[in-house]
Amino acid sequence: MEKELRLMKGNEAVAEAAIRAGADGYFGYPITPQSEILEYLMEANPQVTTGMVVLQAESEVAAINMVYGGAACGKKVMTSSSSPGISLKQEGITYIAGAELPCLIVNVVRGGPGLGTIQPAQSDYFQATKGGGHGDYHLIVLAPSSVQEMADFVELAFDLAFKYRNPTMILSDGAIGQMMEKVWLKPQKKRSEEILPWATTGKPATRERNIITSLDLDPARQEKFNHKLIAKYREIEENEVRFEEFMTEDAEYLFVAYGTSARICQKALQLARDEGIKAGLLRPITLFPYPKKRLNELADTVKGMLAVEMSAGQMVEDVMLSVNGKTRVSHYGRMGGMIPTPEEVLENMKSFIKG
Amino acid sequence: MTEEIVIAGFGGQGVLSMGKIMAYSGMMQDMEVSWMPSYGPEMRGGTANVNVILSDERISSPILRSFDTAIILNQQSMDKFEQSVKPGGTLIYDGNGITRHPERKDITIYRIDAAEEASKLKMIKMFNMFVMGGFMKVKPILKTEYVIKGLKKSLPERYHHMIPMNEDAIKRGMDLIKQVQ
Repeated sequence: MEKELRLMKGNEAVAEAAIRAGADGYFGYPITPQSEILEYLMEANPQVTTGMVVLQAESEVAAINMVYGGAACGKKVMTSSSSPGISLKQEGITYIAGAELPCLIVNVVRGGPGLGTIQPAQSDYFQATKGGGHGDYHLIVLAPSSVQEMADFVELAFDLAFKYRNPTMILSDGAIGQMMEKVWLKPQKKRSEEILPWATTGKPATRERNIITSLDLDPARQEKFNHKLIAKYREIEENEVRFEEFMTEDAEYLFVAYGTSARICQKALQLARDEGIKAGLLRPITLFPYPKKRLNELADTVKGMLAVEMSAGQMVEDVMLSVNGKTRVSHYGRMGGMIPTPEEVLENMKSFIKG
Repeated sequence: MTEEIVIAGFGGQGVLSMGKIMAYSGMMQDMEVSWMPSYGPEMRGGTANVNVILSDERISSPILRSFDTAIILNQQSMDKFEQSVKPGGTLIYDGNGITRHPERKDITIYRIDAAEEASKLKMIKMFNMFVMGGFMKVKPILKTEYVIKGLKKSLPERYHHMIPMNEDAIKRGMDLIKQVQ
C-alpha cells in the first residue's frame, strides 16, 4: 500500500491510521461523537489483512482492561471513547500508568459534566493533563487540530508510548472527529513481532519472570517508584514539547489555543491583522508536556495572552503557570457544545486589549 | 480564492451528501477542503446543515458564522441562515415550501426550483444534484469533470452506473437557476 490521499472524517482517519501504523488491537465501546472509529475498524476488518484485533467490549471498563492486558504483553493496543466513556476508563488508565505500560487512548471530547451533550467541547483538559484517575501520574497528551493530525498522531502516540512506557492520549473533540478534510495516509506498516524484554509473554528458562503490577505495599519502595515516574515525566518535558506558532515574531497580543479552538483563532488572527491588530497564536500540540518555556519567553515580548478554549477555563491555568505573572492572561470560552466563531473571538481579544 | 459555503435543509434532502460531493470535487481539483456537518439532535429527523470550505490556501476555521454562499432548501433554514450571508455574498434557494422569500438587499439571490423539476422528471433522488448544478453555474469554482471524478471516488462501485444521471441533473440545474436579485 502506497501513501494515499483521501477525504475522511477525523474519526475515520484515526481508525485507518491505526491499521496502517501496525496496531495489534483496538478495544472500544460506542459513544457519540466517536463511534465512527469502532464502526470503521469493524468494517475494515483488519484481522484478515494485518491480523489486528478489533473488538467491541461489553463496556468501557472492559475495553480499557483489555487494553491493559494487551499492553502488558507488549502489544500496540488502543481504545477510544468520548468524555463520559473516558471517565469510566479512568481506573484502568491509572493502573496502566502505574504499571508503566504503553497504549493509546483517544478521547473525542463532548460537552459535560455528566452525560452533557454530544456536541464538541474541550472541557476534559484537566482530566487529560492533570491525572483523571488517582495518584501522581501523567499521560502524554497530543492535541490534533486537523484530520491530517488525527491520522499522523496515531503513529506518533504509539512511538511516544513505547519510548517512555507510558499511556498516551489523543485529546480531540467532536468537531475534528466529525469533520472531513483531506488526509495523506502513510503506507501500511507491518505489525511488530518483537517480544519486548518487559512483556509478560511467558517465562523462558533464560530470565526471571516479568511482573506487571501497579501495587506495592512497601511505602519506601513505592516512593522510590514515584520518584522514578517523576523523573520520566521530567524527561518527557525536556524532550517532547511540541507546538506551532503563527505570526508571533511581531505579535503584541497572543492567542493561546489548541485543537478546534486553535483553528478558530487562526481565522480570528487573520481578521485581527486585517484591522491592524498585531496578534499572534501559539498552538500547543502536546498538552502534557506543555510548552511552558516558550510561553514564558513570549511573555517578555507580548502585552498579554488570551487563552481560547471550549471550556470554563482550564488550559488558561497552564498559561498562567507558564508566564508566572510576567504578562496579563485572560480566558475566553464557550461551553455546552457551543463553538465560538472567529468574529466573537476577535471581539473578545479587542476587549482584552482595552483591559 | 476561498469559498465558504453553508448548505441547509431537511434531513433526507441530500444536504450532507451534496457537501461531500463538493468537498470531493474540490479535492480532485487540488484544492484544500473541509466539510463540517451538524451532527446533533437535528440530524435525527429535522434540519441538517453542513459547512463546506473550498480554498487555495490552508483552511483556518472549519466552523463559520458568515458565508460567501448559502444554499437554502427549506423555510427553517431560510430563517436561520439568510442573515449569515456576507454582504455582497450569494444566496441560492429552492422555492418549494418557502413561505417567506429572502429579503436582504445587499446580496445576490438566485432561485432554483429543483424540487419541482426533479419531481416532474421523476428524478427525486437527484434533487441535490440539480441544486449542485445551479451552484456550479453561478459560482464557477468546481468543474464538471472533477465533480464526476469526485462522484467516482465517493460513491461505492455499485452506484457508478448512476453517475451519468447525476451529470444530467447537474446540467439541468445549470439551466434551471434564475437570478431574482
